[in-house]
Amino acid sequence: MKIHEFQAKELLSDYNVPIQRGHIVYSSNEIEKTIEKVQNEFNSDAVVVKAQIHAGGRGKGGGVKFCPSTESAIESANEILGMNLITHQTGEEGKLVNQILITEALDIEKEFYFALMFDRAKNADVFIVSTEGGVDIEEVAEKTPEKIVKAWVNNDTYLLDDAINTIINALSLNSFNDAFEIFTNIYNCYSNSDCNLLEINPLVITEDQKIIALDAKVDIDSNALFRQEKIAKFHDTSEEDPLELKASEYGLNYIKLDGNVGCMVNGAGLAMATMDIVKHHGGEPANFLDVGGAANVDTIKNGFKIILSDPNVKSVLINIFGGIVRCDRVANGVIQAVKELNLNVGVVVRLQGTNAKLAKQILDESDIELISAETIDEAAKKAVGLVS
Amino acid sequence: MSILLNKKTSILVQGITGSEGLFHAQQMLDYGSNVVCGVTPGKGGQTATENNLPVFNSIEEAKKEFSIDATVIFVPPRFAANAIHEAINQNIGLIVCISEGIPVRDMKKVKSALDNSSSTLIGPNCPGLITAEESKIGITPGFICKKGSVGILSRSGTLTYEAIDQIVNVGLGMTTAVGIGGDPIIGSSMIDILKHFADDEETKGVVMIGEIGGSMENEAAEWIKNNFNKPVVSFIAGQTAPKGKRMGHAGAIISEGSETADAKIKILKECGVSVAKTVSEIGETMLQLIEE
Repeated sequence: MKIHEFQAKELLSDYNVPIQRGHIVYSSNEIEKTIEKVQNEFNSDAVVVKAQIHAGGRGKGGGVKFCPSTESAIESANEILGMNLITHQTGEEGKLVNQILITEALDIEKEFYFALMFDRAKNADVFIVSTEGGVDIEEVAEKTPEKIVKAWVNNDTYLLDDAINTIINALSLNSFNDAFEIFTNIYNCYSNSDCNLLEINPLVITEDQKIIALDAKVDIDSNALFRQEKIAKFHDTSEEDPLELKASEYGLNYIKLDGNVGCMVNGAGLAMATMDIVKHHGGEPANFLDVGGAANVDTIKNGFKIILSDPNVKSVLINIFGGIVRCDRVANGVIQAVKELNLNVGVVVRLQGTNAKLAKQILDESDIELISAETIDEAAKKAVGLVS
Repeated sequence: MSILLNKKTSILVQGITGSEGLFHAQQMLDYGSNVVCGVTPGKGGQTATENNLPVFNSIEEAKKEFSIDATVIFVPPRFAANAIHEAINQNIGLIVCISEGIPVRDMKKVKSALDNSSSTLIGPNCPGLITAEESKIGITPGFICKKGSVGILSRSGTLTYEAIDQIVNVGLGMTTAVGIGGDPIIGSSMIDILKHFADDEETKGVVMIGEIGGSMENEAAEWIKNNFNKPVVSFIAGQTAPKGKRMGHAGAIISEGSETADAKIKILKECGVSVAKTVSEIGETMLQLIEE
């Protein structure tokens, strides 16, 4: 689960990690008094106005503005709050800015890139740092990989202290007495908060020689939210695709894509393989939809509702491998759902597994129009055929 | 012969009184698995399943009355890591964790406990394993399996079933199918399972199913090139998955170039592994290789 910059900074602050401080604004009538508050609290006229959306690339998209005066701050804040911000991560449609963060403006001497995540290949957490901060880190990784330093941490072979010393050396922070403690605190924040990713870009050295997190991007392990009460409340549903959100309420795993062949499959791997074979036969999948290992009448009905909410969908391909769930039951579920929902798109059904033959017979003999198929290959060809 | 599991393997079910645990314990018994007892803390003294298997409060108690070769875990995700730790502490040789949704931080601790033990963990978030016509641990539908000569290894549950079905339908049949799970941290890697198949005389070829995310398939490909003499057919799901989107399996996040389906397919081919173009061609591809 992604959270906003101001929320991520709150987590870091809880662990005594120095952050660029500020206050959040939700509505335009709070703008002037919040700017005044930030100016007074941090003793400077200049402030920074930052759009709070989950996507990266906010600065380039015009969602982050340095404002040297009160007037410019008021103007920028009014412009950014409520704007539709388009960045390379939001897609063409952009994201509505519902809240802005107004922060102190700092005099910066150096900018670093900093991230902590889990490295699956090494089975360890990994610090990733670079002296080239504040810019597109992927470009740095590609053009000058030697400028990226990694240091691993696990319970056995890679010690936290060693990793921190490595990154302090890499960033030439040896003269900063508090650097070791700050990085230890960041690691504890990452670990105790069940972060999948904690990225600070940039981590800065100010002109008065302080280490400060200027930004923060955090992704939390959704499976751990049951024990992260504070973070669970950070969930911002307005940042999610409404269909994906609705699907998750039904207990379905749905991701909208750009094609017109709707796919309903049980199991994530089989769902991906089904999308792949649709594409292989010249079609474009409209979505990824995993109805879960045990498909039943309700999951299929809800799956149809979600798929058909997408107006681009011109045919639906159902691919269910009935293991414990018998295919004849799934077939009856499909028939019931199609009848109740008054479908106006072609539906191709491939059921394999327990009682598959009986299921096919039920589908073939039903009075509704369904196209049955025996193999995934045949099903994909037929579903693509319906839209071309 | 088979790997990891045969009809003699004595099995304990952790979480046997829960609805999932109870249902699948019965399914396993019906298939012929040697399930001997179950554990649910606080429910010791009860019996479970139509076979009236005894329920114990802990594995330690169960071990006083039964010799346990393997355990299968059907407990809610927030308690599952502790269930694995209990099995490791009790020196159970084979631990199979079906539970889905265990926090990564919990699995980091499990992994480190596992490295210092003699236990083998399959999963979590997996369908378990099945040796055709002998025994199953987990949730794989038994009726699709027929004895034969192909080993199956997969990161995805329903794709495991799909592969079994095709291998049986082309007439080859199977030895053991192992679903290793799709999470970022799992107990046994592809290479771990391939090593077992290498030593199994009955297994003449292996189907290996991977997906986007992580680099396990790439490591397995290199290992196969240098160490494995039996034919391998691979399939990688997620060729059309958009970058950065999460496709259900927590593990299937594309974060680096080498984690895409295309990159994995390329490395597998370079290492001499046959890659099925689509999911429909897994069985036929294996048949051709074995006939050659």
